[in-house]
Amino acid sequence: MAFALSAEAEQKLNEIMARYPNKMAACIPALHLCQEANDNWVSDDVIEFVAQRLELGTAHVKGVVTFYTLFNQKRPGKHQLWVCHTLSCAMRGAEDILHHCEKRLGVHVGGTSPDGKVTLRTAECLAACGTAPVIQVDKTYYENLSIADVDRILDGLVKGA
Amino acid sequence: MIKQTTYLSHSYGKPNSWTLSAYESAGGYRGVRKALALTREGVIEEAKKAHVRGRGGAGFDCGTKWSFMPKESKKPHYLVVNADEGEPGTFKDRSIMEMNPHSLIEGCIIGCYGIGAHACYIYVRDELHLSKARLWGAIREAKAKGYLGNNPFGKDYPVELYVHSGAGAYICGEETALLNSLEGRRGEPRLKPPFPAQYGAFGCPSTVNNVETLAIMASAFDMGCDEFSKLSELHPFNDGGARLFGVSGHVNRPGIYEAAVGLTLRELIYDLGGGVLQGRSILGVIPGGSSCPVHLPDELPTLPPDPRYDAYRGKSILDIPLGVDTFRSAGSMLGTCCAMVLSDAVDPVLALHNVMRFYRHESCGQCTPCREGCGWIERILNKVVEGKATIDELDRVHEIASNITGNTICAFGDGAAQPALAFIKRYRKHFEDYIVNGGKSQTRRLTV
Ligand SMILES: Cc1cc2nc3c(=O)[nH]c(=O)nc-3n(C[C@H](O)[C@H](O)[C@H](O)COP(=O)(O)O)c2cc1C
Ligand code: FES
Repeated sequence: MAFALSAEAEQKLNEIMARYPNKMAACIPALHLCQEANDNWVSDDVIEFVAQRLELGTAHVKGVVTFYTLFNQKRPGKHQLWVCHTLSCAMRGAEDILHHCEKRLGVHVGGTSPDGKVTLRTAECLAACGTAPVIQVDKTYYENLSIADVDRILDGLVKGA
Repeated sequence: MIKQTTYLSHSYGKPNSWTLSAYESAGGYRGVRKALALTREGVIEEAKKAHVRGRGGAGFDCGTKWSFMPKESKKPHYLVVNADEGEPGTFKDRSIMEMNPHSLIEGCIIGCYGIGAHACYIYVRDELHLSKARLWGAIREAKAKGYLGNNPFGKDYPVELYVHSGAGAYICGEETALLNSLEGRRGEPRLKPPFPAQYGAFGCPSTVNNVETLAIMASAFDMGCDEFSKLSELHPFNDGGARLFGVSGHVNRPGIYEAAVGLTLRELIYDLGGGVLQGRSILGVIPGGSSCPVHLPDELPTLPPDPRYDAYRGKSILDIPLGVDTFRSAGSMLGTCCAMVLSDAVDPVLALHNVMRFYRHESCGQCTPCREGCGWIERILNKVVEGKATIDELDRVHEIASNITGNTICAFGDGAAQPALAFIKRYRKHFEDYIVNGGKSQTRRLTV
C-alpha cells in the first residue's frame, strides 16, 4: 500500500520544508517524520513518497537512507533499545549490560525479542560518558545504570502493551 | 592552580535552568546586547580578543574564523552549529543544550551578526532528543520576547535559528560532512578547498562552530573579551577564557567541570574527578576524545625551546596545562578536553580493540586508506585478542595506521590512526603477551 502522511504530519512536513532554502535539505527531517509514521522503518514506499514530495530521485533518497544508522530498513520491534558499548561505557560495565539484555530478551544484538516488543542494538558513544553505562530506549536515555536498573526498564517494556 | 568557573555551568542541576527567565536572572542576554551595539567589524575585532579556541576539537581561534567570512557577498551567509557531539569520551555540548540552551542561542545571535548571517542551523545528532526539545523551546521563548526574528533586541538585523536533526553517523561531526548532511545528502566529507567560508552550506559562505565555542562567546562579550581571555593561564599562548572539562572512565566522580583554561589532567582527575576508582593507579589517560593519543601517567614530554614553556619543563604530561598549543607541543592533542581515564585494571589491548571497532564502524568509506585500513586493523586486533596473531601482524598495524595518516580527505583518518599508533607504542608488551602467551598475564577486562 502506498505511504501517505496524516494531515497533521503533512503540515509538519510543510513547516520543515519552509526552514531551508531548497527542498533537498528537508530530506533527513522528512525521513525521520515518515519513519515515525511508518512503525519506525523506512520502506520502499516511504522512499518513493519522500522522493516525490521533495522532488528528488529515489536513488538519492535511498542513498541517504542507507548512509545513516538510524534509518531502519527493516521493521523493528515496538521499542528500540540501544546499549552504548564505546570505551567509557565499556569501562563501566556496558558488556555486562548487553549480555544481560540478550539473555533477558532472548535475542542476539540486532535481533527483536520473540514477542516483537524490543529490538536490541548497540550504539557508539551517546555523549553521556560521564554517566556511563548508558542505554537509550526509543527517545529516552537511562544513565548510571546497574543491572537491577536495566531489569526494571526491561520489565516495563516487556509488560507494557 | 584550579580556577573553577560557572559561566556555562551556573545553571547545571538547578530546576528549570533551561528557561529564559532562569537564564536572564543569572545575567543572560547581556553579552549579545553589547555585541549588537558594535559594528560587524567591531564584533570580530572584539571576538578575536577572547582567544576562544574552537571547542570542537581542532582548536582554531573563533574570532579569526569569523574574520574569514566575506565582507560583502551577493549570496546569503549561514552560521552552522556543530552539535553532533560523537567523539568517544565527549559529553559536554549535550550538558549545555539540555541545561543551558539559552547560552547557545545568545552565542548564535552574536555569531550571526559577526559573520553577516541571518539564518543559523543547529545540527544536533538525532539521539539527543532532549537537547533538541530544549533548543526548540529556547528558540520559541527568545522569539516571543523579540530576541530572535526581525528585530532582535530592537536592532534592524533579522536572525532566525533552526534545529536540524542528524540520523546517526559520527562522521557528520566533521564540518564538511555536516554541511553535506545538512543539505540532505550522505554525510561524506568534502575536499577542501573550497573552505566553508567561501562555499559552505547550500554553496554559500558559512561558518561552522561548535556548541561550546558559541555558548562561551556570550559570556566573553558580557565580560569584555580581553578580560575574559585573561582568566586563562594560557593567555600568553592565545588560548583564553574558561571551558568545560569532562572526565569519564575509572574516576570516582566522572562528569563535567568548568574551569579557567590552564587546568591540568592531574587536577581534573584527582581534584575534580575524585581520583581513580578503588585508589588504583593510572594505566593511561586519553586527554580529549578517542582520536587523541593515550598517555602514560609518568610520560615526560619534550617541549619546544620557547621560554613560555619554561614553567612546565620536566613535568609529566599530567601536570602540563590543558591547552591547544601546549598539548600539541607536548606531542599530544587537546581534542575536546574530555579525558578518559584507564586504571590499571584495564587491559590496553581490549581498550584499543574497542576503539578501533568504533573507527571501522564509523568510517564513511569514501577514502580507500581509511575504509580498508580501519577494517584491516580491527581484523588484526580480533586475531590478537583471540591469541592467533603474529608479531608480523602487530607490526603491520603500525604500517597500516601510518598509511592512513595524511592520506584521506578529512581528519577522521588521522583520528583513527592515532590511537592505534599510540596504544601499540606505549603498551607493546601487553600486545606481545597476547601473541606469545595468549594474554595470560593481562587483566582481560575493561572494568574494575
Ligand atoms: C571525524 C571528525 C569528527 C568531528 N566531530 C565533531 C563533533 O562532533 N562536534 C564538533 O563540534 N566538532 C567536531 N569535529 C570538528 C569539526 O570538523 C570542526 O572543526 C568544528 O566543528 C569547528 O568548530 P569550532 O572551531 O568552534 O571548534 C570533528 C572533526 C572530525 C575530523
Ligand atoms: S562511551 Fe557510552 S556514552 Fe560515551
